[in-house]
Amino acid sequence: MEIATPPAVATVEPHSARRAMAPPSRFGDKAFEWLTLAMAMAVVVLVILLGWELWRGSSLAIKKFGFHFLTTSTWDPVADQFGALPFIYGTVVSSLIALLIAVPLSIATAAYLTELAPLWIRQPLVSLIEMLAAIPSVILGLWGIFVMIPWLRDYPFPLLKRLFGWTPFFTGPIYGTSMLAGGIIIAIMILPIITSVSREILRSVPNLQREAAYALGATRWEVTRIAVLSYAKKGLFGAVILGLGRALGETMAVTMVIGNTPQIAASLFKPGYTLASVIANEFTEATTDMYLQALFEIGLVLLGTTILANLLAQLLLQTMSTTSTTRAVQ
Amino acid sequence: MVNLVMATPERTVIERAERATEPISTSTSESAVPLTFQVKNLSVWYGEKRAIDDVTLDIASNAVTAIIGPSGCGKSTFLRCLNRMHELVPKTRVEGTVLLQGEDLYSSTVDPAIVRRRVGMVFQKSNPFPTMSIGENVIIGLRLNGVRNQKFLNERLEKSLRMAALWDEVKDDQQRLCIARALAVEPEVLLMDEPCSALDPIATAKIEELIHELKAEYTIVTVTHNMQQAGRVSDYTAFFYLGRLIEFGPTTKIFTNPSQRQTEDYITGRFG
Repeated sequence: MEIATPPAVATVEPHSARRAMAPPSRFGDKAFEWLTLAMAMAVVVLVILLGWELWRGSSLAIKKFGFHFLTTSTWDPVADQFGALPFIYGTVVSSLIALLIAVPLSIATAAYLTELAPLWIRQPLVSLIEMLAAIPSVILGLWGIFVMIPWLRDYPFPLLKRLFGWTPFFTGPIYGTSMLAGGIIIAIMILPIITSVSREILRSVPNLQREAAYALGATRWEVTRIAVLSYAKKGLFGAVILGLGRALGETMAVTMVIGNTPQIAASLFKPGYTLASVIANEFTEATTDMYLQALFEIGLVLLGTTILANLLAQLLLQTMSTTSTTRAVQ
Repeated sequence: MVNLVMATPERTVIERAERATEPISTSTSESAVPLTFQVKNLSVWYGEKRAIDDVTLDIASNAVTAIIGPSGCGKSTFLRCLNRMHELVPKTRVEGTVLLQGEDLYSSTVDPAIVRRRVGMVFQKSNPFPTMSIGENVIIGLRLNGVRNQKFLNERLEKSLRMAALWDEVKDDQQRLCIARALAVEPEVLLMDEPCSALDPIATAKIEELIHELKAEYTIVTVTHNMQQAGRVSDYTAFFYLGRLIEFGPTTKIFTNPSQRQTEDYITGRFG
């Protein structure tokens, strides 16, 4: 018996070794995979359902007005005549004004925060900018009505009129509530998101890129321009698109300052109306079926505009990346 | 005012510090060699940490000086002090003097950007600007200098690409592209921070050959981990350890007959 023991031990050893090599239960892995897949699909399903509901809710209006809904400007609930063009115009123009103001400001702020600011000032500034994002839209709107609009009416608007009054964009009487005021308030609202995304993107530029420029004797501005901003171009574009997405859907604050008049006017001093604002303003008073249906269709158009803007951005980004690779191979 | 042989005070400092039993020669040789850099009592701190400790060293013109030593010995920091690149790290402090052709690099009237235009640099990992074409990469330094003449830019582009041996075979050789970019501004000195450590043996051989050819026109200071490489490419070798200069002299002497025990131990691979 004593002799039999060693072989017994010897047979146990390979067995245990084989056990160690055998795959462990894969149940956890599978469950995790399915769970995350379900979560990811839920988002897609949500968007599709949303689109479907809007479509269903506006089917009568779509049938009645057809393509004219997008190209006519009459908004007359009494006569059951609805055209969304002024709202589309208002949304697009106010968003573009917002981008025009917010993009240079945000990218310059981000560049300052990552490239130039002394270390002790960076964190407080970042926190302040993030706090700006936390201000409720309605509060900003109130501030817009009582502080921003009177100030705009008294100082910057007359100045703009004097300097650029010869262009069609700054003509006519100045009321204060206007397309321009709407654009400015949206700019304030999208500033934090573009700034913080841009800042993350600039921070991810490898230091080696900056050193390459410094080693050639570049000044700080030159380093920022040739090594940082151009390297981060694509990412910054993404940040801008994120901002545009926000701008298109922004509702409360802009409703409070844009004037809510469905018209298409070249002058930015004239009041306007956006897709989001008209839904917010008129939903409770939509007494007839067709009125409600038209508002639903406005929602559908807003969803479509946002998706279209994002698709265009993706396309632009793709052409950008292909040109940059061909340049590197040249 | 080319100081050829270091005066005794520096030697006595080193002796006092009991680093050496015999004085370290900090000059490149006892005969008259033109010098590009004269580094005197250089010390560098990163915050509280002392990275370079009282280094005195001369760098000969039109020669290759290799700086060797184990990781963290301060060799990269030393190299970066020669074109003030270390200043990009916050909380850096420098003491001592660095003279480039007799001019004090750290004088308050000197613009670091101008220093870097005169003292070019190539990095461990190649870092071309990805959004620019090869040509744009090479002439960006000249553009920064305000050169707008297209004919001149084209000539210089061709010349630097030829010097970097890239003209005939424009392929994806990013490190040589970076060398060409550094050469385009016609610096006086080329600093190389482990230029071959990310390259395969064939590419390494090409860069080493290039260093050999560039010596005729430039003063080269290279940091390397690879002692065989130091032996192959350099005329002078400086051995750094824990922020201090342990030994400096002609490469042949350092590799065949080092005077310091630590140098010998490092070169023979007893530590590293």
